[in-house]
Amino acid sequence: MSAAVQAKAQSRLLLSGNDAIARGVWEAGVKVAAAYPGTPSTEILESLSLYPDLYAEWSVNEKVALEVAIGGSMSGARAFCAMKHVGLNVASDAFMTVTVAGVVGGLVIAVADDVGMSSSQNEQDSRFWGRFAHVPVLEPADSQEAYEMAKYAFELSEAYNTPVLLRLTTRVCHVKAVVQVGERNAHEISGFKSDARRWVMTPANAKGQLPAQLAREGKLQALGEASPLNVLEPGTDRRIGFVTSGPAYMHLRECFPDAPVLKLGLSYPVPLALVEKLAAQVDTVVVVEETEPLIEHDLKAAGIKVHGKDLLPRLGELTPNVLIPAIKAFLGEPIPPATTYPKYEPFPRPPTMCAACPHMGVYYSLARMRKRVQISGDIGCYTLGAGHPWNALDTTISMGASMGIALGMDKARSPETADKAVVAVIGDSTFLHMGMQGMLDIVYNRGNVTTLILDNRTTGMTGGQNHAGTGKGLHGEDSPRVDFAKLVEALGVAPERIRKIDPYLLPVVFKTIKEEIETPGPSVIITDRPCVLSEFYVKIKPYRVIDEDCTGCGNCINVGCPAITVKRSESKVRADGKVNELKFTTIDTAMCTGCHMCVESCGPKAIVLAQPVAVAE
Amino acid sequence: MNNIITNILVCGIGGQGVMTAAEILAQTAISKGFDCKKSEVAGMAQRGGVVTSHVRFGNRVWSPVITPGTADIVVAFEVAEGSRWADMLRPGGIAMVNTIRLAPPVVSAGLFKYPDDPVAQMRAAGVTVYDFDAGAIARDLGDLKLVNTIMLGAIADFLPFPAAELEEQIVGRFRARKPAMVEVNQKAFDAGRAAARDRAEQPLAANS
Repeated sequence: MSAAVQAKAQSRLLLSGNDAIARGVWEAGVKVAAAYPGTPSTEILESLSLYPDLYAEWSVNEKVALEVAIGGSMSGARAFCAMKHVGLNVASDAFMTVTVAGVVGGLVIAVADDVGMSSSQNEQDSRFWGRFAHVPVLEPADSQEAYEMAKYAFELSEAYNTPVLLRLTTRVCHVKAVVQVGERNAHEISGFKSDARRWVMTPANAKGQLPAQLAREGKLQALGEASPLNVLEPGTDRRIGFVTSGPAYMHLRECFPDAPVLKLGLSYPVPLALVEKLAAQVDTVVVVEETEPLIEHDLKAAGIKVHGKDLLPRLGELTPNVLIPAIKAFLGEPIPPATTYPKYEPFPRPPTMCAACPHMGVYYSLARMRKRVQISGDIGCYTLGAGHPWNALDTTISMGASMGIALGMDKARSPETADKAVVAVIGDSTFLHMGMQGMLDIVYNRGNVTTLILDNRTTGMTGGQNHAGTGKGLHGEDSPRVDFAKLVEALGVAPERIRKIDPYLLPVVFKTIKEEIETPGPSVIITDRPCVLSEFYVKIKPYRVIDEDCTGCGNCINVGCPAITVKRSESKVRADGKVNELKFTTIDTAMCTGCHMCVESCGPKAIVLAQPVAVAE
Repeated sequence: MNNIITNILVCGIGGQGVMTAAEILAQTAISKGFDCKKSEVAGMAQRGGVVTSHVRFGNRVWSPVITPGTADIVVAFEVAEGSRWADMLRPGGIAMVNTIRLAPPVVSAGLFKYPDDPVAQMRAAGVTVYDFDAGAIARDLGDLKLVNTIMLGAIADFLPFPAAELEEQIVGRFRARKPAMVEVNQKAFDAGRAAARDRAEQPLAANS
C-alpha cells in the first residue's frame, strides 16, 4: 500500500482493485472520505488513509459514512464513501434522497458486491440501485479500470449533478494487476452555501426536484451511447456478440477472443443504440453479467432479442470454467473436458477462532446450556459460534439484528419454548454499528432477553479496524472511547443487570449467564478481553498437557481452541455397556498464548504451564 | 501475437506465506515486462483456512483466475492442499509439494480423516509430483519462515525467466529491510532448487 502512496505519476505498479481505487480517489482531489469496514471493500479506506491532504474516517456505520460524504459534497468538497453491498442497504435511506438533491463537490459511492459469497450473508446485485435511485453505475473490470473509473466518477458526478455508484466485485477488489498511476488534481473546497430549497427535502422542495432527476437520467442515457467507457470491440467470429460488464468481461475475453464484445463500463443507463449496433453485426446477442439479469431485462424491455440467464447461471462468478461449457453447449460445439486430473477433496478446513480468542469462553458456556437457550447471533467473528465444536448459535441475519430478533422470539413463544431463555450475542463494533437500537427496543418494550456484548476492542472479522469503542481513530490516534456499561445503562438497562466479566474465567462466564437468564427482564453481559490479533492483547505463558494425567474426557477440545489437538483416540466400554470415545490431547505450545480457558475445562488438572514458573523474583 | 500465459497456483494454509510467495512471483514477472494478474484471498482471510493465490503472466492477461486444467505449476505449501488443487494442472504440469502434514481441528477431532499418502494419491492419478520436506530444510537453516523462499527456489527452474531474477526479487526485499537475512535466504533459495533437482524423474534442463 505504501508503494502506491509514494508512487510518482506514470509509475507501473501491482495494485489490488481496492488500492487502485484509493489512488484514483486521491488523485481526483477528494477531501472527505468515510467508510465502515466490510469484506471485500475494507482496504479501500485503509489504503486511502495513508495519503496526505484529505480527511478520512471510520464511521460507525455505512449510513453515517454516506451522510458524512454528503455533507462534504454539499460543502463543495469532492467526497467519497466505500462499503460492501449490504452496507448500502444500511445507507439506502440517505442514498435515495441525496440522489434527488444532487451534489456540489463530486460524490462517489464505492459498493463492493461479494459475487461468489466468500464472506457475506447474501449475494445481492448493487447495480439495482442505479435503476432504483436513477444514478449512473460504473463497473470496472480490473485494477487499472478501477483506478481510472474512480478518478473519472467525480467528474461525471459534478457534470451531471448526481451521486455516482462505483460497483465493484470481490474479483476487482481482491485481485492485483498492473496499474499505471497519475497525479493528484487539486480540487478546492468551495464552502457550504445555504440553499434550503435545494437541501431541505420537504415534500414541496423535493417534488420540485424530481423532474430534474428524470431529465438527468435521460442525459446520462445519451452519455452512455457515446461514452469511451462503453466499447464495441469488433470480432471475427460473429455467431455470438456479447454484452458484458465488470470482471465478467475479462473471463469472456479469455474464453472467446474472436467474438465481438460490447463492454459496458458505464453500465447504467444501458446504451440501447450501441447494443443494437452490435446486434446488427452478429447472429445472436448474449448478455454476460454478474449476477442478476439487469442489462438483459433492460434490453428485452426495449424489444432487443438477447440471451442471458437462460444460458448462464444467475448465481456466482462467470469464470471461464462456467462460461466455456455454457456457451459451447449453446453453439452446439463439443464441450472440452475441463481437467485431466481428477478432482479430490481431502477434508474441509473451515474457518476457526484463533488460539485464545475470548469468544470461545462464551460459546463453551452457551454450549453447556444449549437445550435451555435460544441464541440469536450477529455478524462478526463470533458468528463462528454456529460451527464446530460449539454449535451455539441459532440465527444470523444482518448487522445488529441479534437483539431485535431475540425480542421477537421472546414475544412469540410456544408452549415448548415458553421456558427457554433468549440470548442475543453481538460484538462491540456491531453493537455500535446497528445494535444500539435493538437494545433500546428490548428495554422499551420490556423484553426478557439477555444480551452478551463481546467487546474485543476491534472490528475483528475484517482484520482489526478501530471504531468508537476502541479509543483509537482511523490513524491510530487517541479518540474518545465508548463505555458500553454506561451506554446500555443510559438506554435503560437496570445497573444491577449490567455485568462485566472476564471471558477467560469459564466458571464465572457460565455462572453469570445462568444468573441473568434465570432473572426476568433485560440484562447485559459485557466481556472485556481484547482480540488476540489486536494491539491490546498481551500474551501470557503457554500450557501443556501432562500425558499421564489426561483421562481423554475431551472437555478441553470443546473449548474449540485450534492449539489443542487430539493426539490419540480410544474406545472404552463402560460398565453399563455403553462405549466412551476417549480423546487424549496435546497443546501446540508455539500457538498457545496462555489464556488458560482449557485449564478451567480440565477436571483432572492435566493442563499445566509448559515452563515451570520461577517463584522468586 | 503469440500470447503464452504462465499459470501458477500457489496454495497452502492461512499464515504460511502463500500470499507473499505469489506476490514475489508477480513482482518478478512485472519486472520482466510481463502483464500480470494475481488473485488475493477472495473475501476474508481466515487463519488456518485454505488459501490459494492464482498468478498469471504473459503479454496480455485477461481473466485473473486460472481455468481448472490449465495450471503450469501448483506450488503446495502443505501436502494435502497439493492433492486438493492438483486437478488445476494442465497435462504435463507439475506439482511442487512441501510434504508437511497440517491437520485442521475437524480432523484431529475425528470428524474427517487426513489421507494417508496424498503424494502417492496424486501420482496414482498421473500427476508429476516433486515432493520434499521444506520444513526440515528450513529448520536446518535455522528459521521456519524460510519455507517460502525454499518453495520459490524449488520452482525457479520451471519459469520463463532465469532463476537468478526470482532470487534477486526475494533477496532485494531483505537487502533494504533486514540485510542480515540476505545470505540465509540465498541459501534457502539454492536448497529449494537443489531439492527440486533431486526429486526430478528426469534431469532438468536449466533455463537460465
